[in-house]
Amino acid sequence: MDLINALVAITNYVIIPATAYGAQLALGALGVTLIYSILRFSNFAHGDTMAFGTGIVILITWGFQAMGISLGPLPTALLALPFGIAITAALMLGTDKVVYQYYRKVRAAPVVMVMVSVGVMFVMNALTRFLIGVDQINFDDGARFVINARQWREMTGLSEPLTLRSTQVITVVTAIITVAALFWFLGKTRTGKSMRAFSDNEDLALLSGIDPNRVVAVTWIITGALATIAGTLYGLDKSFKAFTYFQLLLPIFASAIVGGIGNPVGAIAGGFVISFSEVGLTYAWKKVVTYLIPNWQPDGLVQLLSTDYKYAVSFTILILVLIFKPTGLFKGKIV
Amino acid sequence: MSTTRQPGESSAMRAPLFFAIMAVLILFEGFTSGWNSALGILNMGLLSAVMALGVNMQWGYAGLFNAGAMGFLALGGLAPVLISMPPTPGAFKAGGFGIMLAFFIAIVAVLAAIWIWRNVTGRLRGLAVTAVLIAGFFAYRWAFDPAVEAIEAINPSAQGNLGGLGLPTLISWPVGAILAAGAAWLVGKTALGLRSDYLAIATLGIAEILVAVLKNEQWLDRGVLNVNGIPRPWPVPYEIDLQNSAEFVAKAQSWGMDPQLASTITVKLAFLLLFVVVLCALIWLTQKALKSPWGRMMRAIRDNEISAAAMGKNVTRRHLQIFVLGSAVIGLAGAMMISLDGQMTPTSYNPLRYTFLILVMVIVGGSGNNWGSILGGVLIWYVWVKAGDWGPDIMAALASPFPDGGVKEHLIQSAPHMRMLVMGVILLGVLRFSPRGLLPEK
Repeated sequence: MDLINALVAITNYVIIPATAYGAQLALGALGVTLIYSILRFSNFAHGDTMAFGTGIVILITWGFQAMGISLGPLPTALLALPFGIAITAALMLGTDKVVYQYYRKVRAAPVVMVMVSVGVMFVMNALTRFLIGVDQINFDDGARFVINARQWREMTGLSEPLTLRSTQVITVVTAIITVAALFWFLGKTRTGKSMRAFSDNEDLALLSGIDPNRVVAVTWIITGALATIAGTLYGLDKSFKAFTYFQLLLPIFASAIVGGIGNPVGAIAGGFVISFSEVGLTYAWKKVVTYLIPNWQPDGLVQLLSTDYKYAVSFTILILVLIFKPTGLFKGKIV
Repeated sequence: MSTTRQPGESSAMRAPLFFAIMAVLILFEGFTSGWNSALGILNMGLLSAVMALGVNMQWGYAGLFNAGAMGFLALGGLAPVLISMPPTPGAFKAGGFGIMLAFFIAIVAVLAAIWIWRNVTGRLRGLAVTAVLIAGFFAYRWAFDPAVEAIEAINPSAQGNLGGLGLPTLISWPVGAILAAGAAWLVGKTALGLRSDYLAIATLGIAEILVAVLKNEQWLDRGVLNVNGIPRPWPVPYEIDLQNSAEFVAKAQSWGMDPQLASTITVKLAFLLLFVVVLCALIWLTQKALKSPWGRMMRAIRDNEISAAAMGKNVTRRHLQIFVLGSAVIGLAGAMMISLDGQMTPTSYNPLRYTFLILVMVIVGGSGNNWGSILGGVLIWYVWVKAGDWGPDIMAALASPFPDGGVKEHLIQSAPHMRMLVMGVILLGVLRFSPRGLLPEK
């Protein structure tokens, strides 16, 4: 019985939250990795793109709520999501026209492109703040739980509670649909194939008549969509705060590099590696330990790292990968 | 840095002209808003110039993107707390030994792991390294946790930390530089020599972690409880002492100044003098370095790494060297800033303000030009302060056509965010239209 209780506690406090967080990180890392493989720079503005997209989704959600439109048990934000994606993608295309296009033309070094993305980051940051401010916003208006603690107890009779929040289920389902659509697009459609060709060998792709402007435009649209979805899911699951999204940049970069930057499968795997390490190392294991080792009451919380140091986990994994396997778990590119 | 950098023609009058404009702006501030405000902006601007000099060494001389200046700045700021604060009575006895033991265990464990990794082969290697690290971690926590608890229990409302050594504040400035240099060496050792933007990502991470350490390790710097009353460096006086000194009051009155105002201005002038001395020393050193064979080699590496490597230059080693040196200067600025503020508030470290704004200063001033960094530091700091002041007025003017209500209120409330937009637009504009900055590199 204690063994089952221990498993339930692990599922409740580690596996479920880490899976949802991992899916959010994976979507974010996919955006970073796509920009990296097509435009060949690390996009520092990605966190603020996520914040901007989420801000738009929140505004539209409020609009729908004011009009009395809702999705029943599902959060209204899901209905607002396509509109948010459209606006964010339009902004991405505009940014590319006004800012990045010039640097592609002069073939600027990657590190200059990174610096340019810092400028874009400032502007996006300001736009988000103008739009929605800096305060914490909770915009989840759907049903809170799929399984709550009471239902679980009645269902199983176990003393250890387990809750499954609906935002966690929505996150995972949306992420699966998004990733499936993305891989279908990259693998089966003509545009997707030309994107992969462009990523593998730019000169060869240009020689075979692929239109680089089209590839770049599609990449920005997809990145805008991925950023908005990732940001909205994170915001639904936790809450929206512009600065938190900037801080997500580190775990997202770490996920992309751990998996092998430029490799979409790697980005997803990396997201889960980071999220499980982060949640696992900052969880207080006291409860599980008391179940597993009877007659022993540990003094502390049996927490390996305080939650304040969760960024240290991403960072340490990042450093280990850079030292031992700079191409990442799945062979990424190293330029 | 792109390889298309060409030595252009720029007038010899350019630098004096821009510095004159800067001086006029500061004087204008002094006449319109008072000398306290003008000197305040100038002091912080000079501090920003020191930070910008450090970042310029990395980005301007060598093309290294340090996205973690905030971390090195914060770490440098720890030095005044550890060096110049009075020691907490009993703290070292209670937990100092435990903490030193914990760090000793950690270092031994890491060194043992490295030794195993280098000298053991076969399948056991990975397992042995993991086992040593895990055992080391638990041993470290076993020594660390009780020591921290003991220290934090001492007079928690006012102290609860290890305290400092009670040495003069000026000593803490070079110590801040050394602390930052040590952290930079660790980061650079791992992240340099790989892709150019990996350094940016690694430094972004170390900055978050260093600030998290300062926020959470109460035994070290009281964390979010802040350390107040950090002693001022020699020869800066305290306002209250000046006001109580009959001689000073008499002198102020003979000049027709209010003694209170005179005392605050005297303090600011004293800081200004100190900062100018440090800045002069730095610019003398950096100009000499930049003109030496070493400086030419650095620029050669930046402009074409492959050909520099072909000439027998060890690119990674030189990058590590300049990265550590630049971070040391940032750490120095961090220590100076904490002495100016007189308090350590870890929550005030914000990457936009202390990392990315400094980059804007370097790029606007002119990457690779030391005088440009100083100009950029003061000028951008002035614009940053002023954008915060003028933002509400500009917004109110912009919002005036809207009817009173939601939209207008929202626009006016969001005015403080104006400075982000201004900085972003300035950075993008300079990168696009004048990538060599206001004072181009010669």
